[in-house]
This record gives sequence, structure tokens and C-alpha cells, in this order.
Amino acid sequence: MKQSVVHVHLGGPLLALVGNPNCGKTALFNRLTGSHQKVANYAGVTVERKEGKLVTPAGKNLRVLDLPGTYSLHPRSPDEKVTCDVLTGHAEGEKRPDLVVCVVDATNLRRNLRLVLAVKRLGLPCVVALNMTDLAAQSGIRVDGAALSAALGLPVVNTVAVNADGAAALLTLLDRPATWQRTAPLGDRASAADTIEADHEVVRRILQGLGLDKAIPHLASDRIDRVVLHPLAGPPLLAVILFLIFQAVFAWAETPMNWIETATELLGNAVAGLLPPGWLQSLVVDGVIAGAGGVVVFLPQIIILFFFILVLEESGYLPRAAFLLDRLMGGVGLSGRSFIPLLSSFACAIPGIMAARTITNTRDRLVTIMIAPMMTCSARLPVYALLIGAFVPHRRIWGGLELQGMVLFCLYVAGIVGALVVAWLLKRFTARKLMHPLMMELPIYHWPRLRNIAIGLWQRVMIFMRRVGGIILALTVLLWFLASFPAPPAGATGAPIEYSFAGMLGHALAVVFGPIGFNWQISISLVPGMAAREVVVSALGTVYALSATGNDTAGALAPLIAHSWSLATALSLLAWFVFAPQCLATLATVKRETGGWTMPLIMAGYLFALAYLASFITYRLALAAGWG
Amino acid sequence: MTLTLDQLPDLQSCTVTQVAPPASAPEWHDWLEEIGFLPGERVMVMTRALPGGDPLVVRVGSSTFALRRVEAACVQVVKEHGMADEATA
Repeated sequence: MKQSVVHVHLGGPLLALVGNPNCGKTALFNRLTGSHQKVANYAGVTVERKEGKLVTPAGKNLRVLDLPGTYSLHPRSPDEKVTCDVLTGHAEGEKRPDLVVCVVDATNLRRNLRLVLAVKRLGLPCVVALNMTDLAAQSGIRVDGAALSAALGLPVVNTVAVNADGAAALLTLLDRPATWQRTAPLGDRASAADTIEADHEVVRRILQGLGLDKAIPHLASDRIDRVVLHPLAGPPLLAVILFLIFQAVFAWAETPMNWIETATELLGNAVAGLLPPGWLQSLVVDGVIAGAGGVVVFLPQIIILFFFILVLEESGYLPRAAFLLDRLMGGVGLSGRSFIPLLSSFACAIPGIMAARTITNTRDRLVTIMIAPMMTCSARLPVYALLIGAFVPHRRIWGGLELQGMVLFCLYVAGIVGALVVAWLLKRFTARKLMHPLMMELPIYHWPRLRNIAIGLWQRVMIFMRRVGGIILALTVLLWFLASFPAPPAGATGAPIEYSFAGMLGHALAVVFGPIGFNWQISISLVPGMAAREVVVSALGTVYALSATGNDTAGALAPLIAHSWSLATALSLLAWFVFAPQCLATLATVKRETGGWTMPLIMAGYLFALAYLASFITYRLALAAGWG
Repeated sequence: MTLTLDQLPDLQSCTVTQVAPPASAPEWHDWLEEIGFLPGERVMVMTRALPGGDPLVVRVGSSTFALRRVEAACVQVVKEHGMADEATA
């Protein structure tokens, strides 16, 4: 990941890559700079600023900027606006490029060349990179570069971004001083529509002159789409794909997750043996090692999940999935693009919220982020397992259905329904009457390239480990501190946590949580549970003065709480966990992704209110039913 | 009665005559033109989602786009043989 490198290369002329979405611009950027960036088919994937360094054959140092893909210089989304602002020199803190490389998909000149004409009018030095010439040749398109260059009045070079030497001609061109000469702006500023139609006319004449005015069919892509987008076959196929991904995330990740848990425990024990007992040992073992282990344990799920998302993105399937789900999501005011982030949130809300970057519309993206934590993440499972195991009888109802399984299923459904209701309310009260248009390109299918997927996965893992991991670790240490200090007074009889800051906080919270049936033990355990939901299980174990660790806790705890809590309290706690803004890492991720504290604070506030309300209703109904 | 893209049967090739956005979303005119729905361009509905035939998959020129039905309804078209001068397109 080279995102941090960006501001290092302040010297050297600036070269900007501009092009339609899906024209292979990012692949060319990778080829030119060798920097580790992502290439995919999903329209509008380039939302982050990407800069790299390039040394030409003659030894010239250049900065290369990969601008977000755009269809025109009349922006309709925030990322298109970036492109426009940079090119016109209005972007804040951004130098106006010294040279623009217009990347053009050779298989789709008709649409791509209009943007070239618009960029040329800006008066910046400009060259055209005729990309994907290999695919064009396969389709029988041979573009006469010299003739095109003469017609456009701009230098034209062929590039094949996915080949090792595919950018050689472009590099040679960059060493020619004439390439960097500024031309006079041809700015006769007509209205946007006039320009589009006028440009279209120019492009048509050029293509006619080159004998390229026939639209070519995408035979292979169309054959795949006949199945994938089939009104009857398409949705079941999508369901199968999503089911397999979901299955893989849980099944494949189980073994490595166990390894990580075991390794964390072994490491903790080993370090505990090396350090003298005391606060330092506690900090390192219970704070740092357990905290880091709690983060890393989700890595297998995240890697598997993002592997599939990247393959779907790379291949071009993701926009098709969005198409198939558009109607469904449209009912609650979202677009099909929100589906994948929400699905990811069943593993963990953090990758789900990170995956929301693929949503171009700002409102849709925010709403998706806001409802993502309501998808039942895997960290809730240990808590659900404990409570269901302790309170729901193990028997079959309605001809063979497991009652415990039914309750778990209902908890999943409750989260989904809650999310849909919130999205619907937001649509009802915040969305403009008109929905954001779909108008989404379905690019030609490509075989995913291993290199691109590896780069993408590496970026995701680094974001998770470095940024999120750092926050989680810091919070874990903070919560360890709260739970460990001050030490219990001499002669204390209760669990040490009871006398700590967390304990005091828990006792105070018990006043708040009393009306929903939580006793002070539960209230205390919710405090360290802010680090990660499943920590609540071991925290309850600590509060009930159990010395067992990990999985044993749940086993020993179940009969204990079954004995000391009422069924109403247990149901109330389950309802709480469906909605509660539990883990601070999620809120920290939201802060990162939305660029401020406003959204995470709103999220924490509304989820807290929702959780409290749900628990209150559950508790009162259960009491009325005589389960108190 | 003007024919619009959403009314076409699947795989019927047509030619765009103009883009007429709803009064509530005049910006759609430029947006649709920018992605290729320009007068004289050939368009064709490839398939539709179920239920309700919304959204649609539309081929315009060499590109494929997913449009909602309200968006497709902005694109006015004529059937191929009605525009002999566009035979080269």
C-alpha cells in the first residue's frame, strides 16, 4: 500500500491519468508506477486519490496521479468532481497537472473519445493512450493511430496495460519535450448539452473517417449475461453465490481462527511465565496480547470475505449483482450496491463498512454504513450461544424444528428487519423524493488477475491491521486499565473488577439498565464488552468470579446465570445485543470512513436508543408473561 | 405517441431521437447523454429484472448499462427502419 507515499514526491512535473470508468486506467497506472493499487471492473471504484512515481527511460522524474474515472467533465458524483476540479486547477491543495494522459478504451472509442475532446478544450498538454488494443484486435478493431492522432490533433500511443511492456510507447512519448508544450485553450464555453452533442458529432465523423463506426457486439460477455442476468435464473444463481461465500467465510475461517486463538493463549501463558505477577504482567497478557489476539482472530474471515468480493469485482459480476438486487434494496431507499457491504457485515461490521466505499452515492453510502452494525456479526455468536444455551430449552417444536436454532434465527431476522426499518425511515424523512439514479455500467467480463486480487487483499489486510487494529488495541488497553484499577482493597470479598473503575461505571450503569432488567453484574460486563462483543462472556465470567478462561467460561457460566437471572432478563439482554452499538472498533471505523465524529456519534446514539427500547419492550412483555 | 426505451420489446434495435428528462430531474438529460444515449445512437433492451421489469439492461453503442425504468422512459426512440439515414450507425 503506497497511500502514504503520496506527499513524498513533491518534485517533478505532474502527470494525470483521465478516462472513462472501466477503461483500464488504473491498470495502466499500476503499469507506469509499479505502485500497489487496485484494478477492478466495478464502475467508479477509484474514489481515493492515488499518486505514484515514475522514472522515464531518459531518467526524468514524474509524479503520476490516477484521477477517478468519469464520463464527462460535468461531475455527477463526488469522485467525478475531484477529476474535474484537478483538471481545471480548482482542487484544494492540488497542483494543476502539467500533462494529461487521456486513457481510452480502444473497444469503445465512440463514448471514450468525447471525454478526450472535452479534456483537450481545457488547454492542458494532452496525449491519448489507446488502451486495451489487444482486446480491440481480438474483436477485429484495428485503430490507425496516426490517422486518429491527425483527426484529434493530439499524440496517440497504443498501450496494453496488462502486459509488462504495454506502456513502452507512452514512456517514450513522455521523454519528448514537445509532449509537454501547452496549447491554447479552445474554450468556447457552450452549454453542456450542446457540447456533448457537438462532441458526439465530431467523434462520429472521426470514427467514420477511420472506418470504425460499427458497434461491435461482446459475444462472450453477452453469452454469460444471458444466464447471469436472466430474470428467472439470475437471482437464484446470485443466491447460490452469496450462500457459498457466506458458508466459506464461516467454515473455512474456523480452523485458522482456532489456531490464532490457541497461539494467543500459548503466547499469553509463555509471557505470563516470563514476567513477575503484577500490573505489568496483567497489562501485557490481559491487555496487549489478549487485545491483539481479539483483533487478529477476525483476520481469516476478513481475508476470505474480501477475496470473494475482489474476485466478483474484478470479474465484473459485482455490478450485475447490484443490478439484480436493485429492486429489492430500492424498496427501502437503497441501491443494489449496498447489498455486498451489508452481507459482509454478517462476518464483521468493520469490513462491511470498509466495503461501502464501492457505493458512489454519498447518501446511500452513509445509510449503508449506519445500518451495517445491525447485521448480526460473528462476534455476537458467543454471547447468543451462552444465553440461548442457558435459557432456551433444548427441544423440538413444530415437527422437528430446533427451538434453540429458531431463537438464533429470529435474532438474525430481528437485526435485518431493524436495519430495513431504519433505512426505510431514513428514506421517508431524509431522501429527496427522487431516488439517486442507477445508470450503472455493466462492464465486459474479465478473468480476475491474481496479481490484482493479491494487491487488493494486501491493501485490505493492511487497512484492517494497521488502522483498525491500532485503534482496537488502544481501546483494549484502555478498558483493561479501567477493569484493573484501582486494585481491590485489602480483605475484599468480591471479584476484583467490582472495585475497579469499570466496576464503578457498571454500578452506575446498573441504575440506567435497571428498567430493562440488567443487574449490576451484566452492567459491569458491558463495559469491557465495548472492546468486542464476545468479551462480555469472559467479563461475566470474571464478575461471577470464575477463574476459567475462554470456552470453559461459557460452559461453567451457563448453569450459573440460568440459576440467578430471570428469563425476562436473558431475553432483554438478547434484544440488547441485536441493536447495541457495542464495539468501539466499529465506531472508530465509521469515524475513519466518514471523516468525522458526527456519524459515529449519531450511530452510537440511535443504536443505543434502539437497543434500550427493544430491551425495554422485551423485558416488560416477558414480565407480563410471567417470566420474571 | 412517442416510443420510449422502456416500452421496447427485448432485443429490438432502435435509434435514439432525444432524451426528455422528467421535470423533477432535468440533470438526467446530460447524464444520460454522457453515458451514450445521444440522438442517432442505436439502443436495445437486453433483458429486464423480475419482478416488474425494473431495472433494465440496455445496450447503447458498445456499452452496456443498467437503467431503472423511469430512467429508460426518458430516452425517446424510433424503430430502426424508420431512420434510413442512420443505417451506418
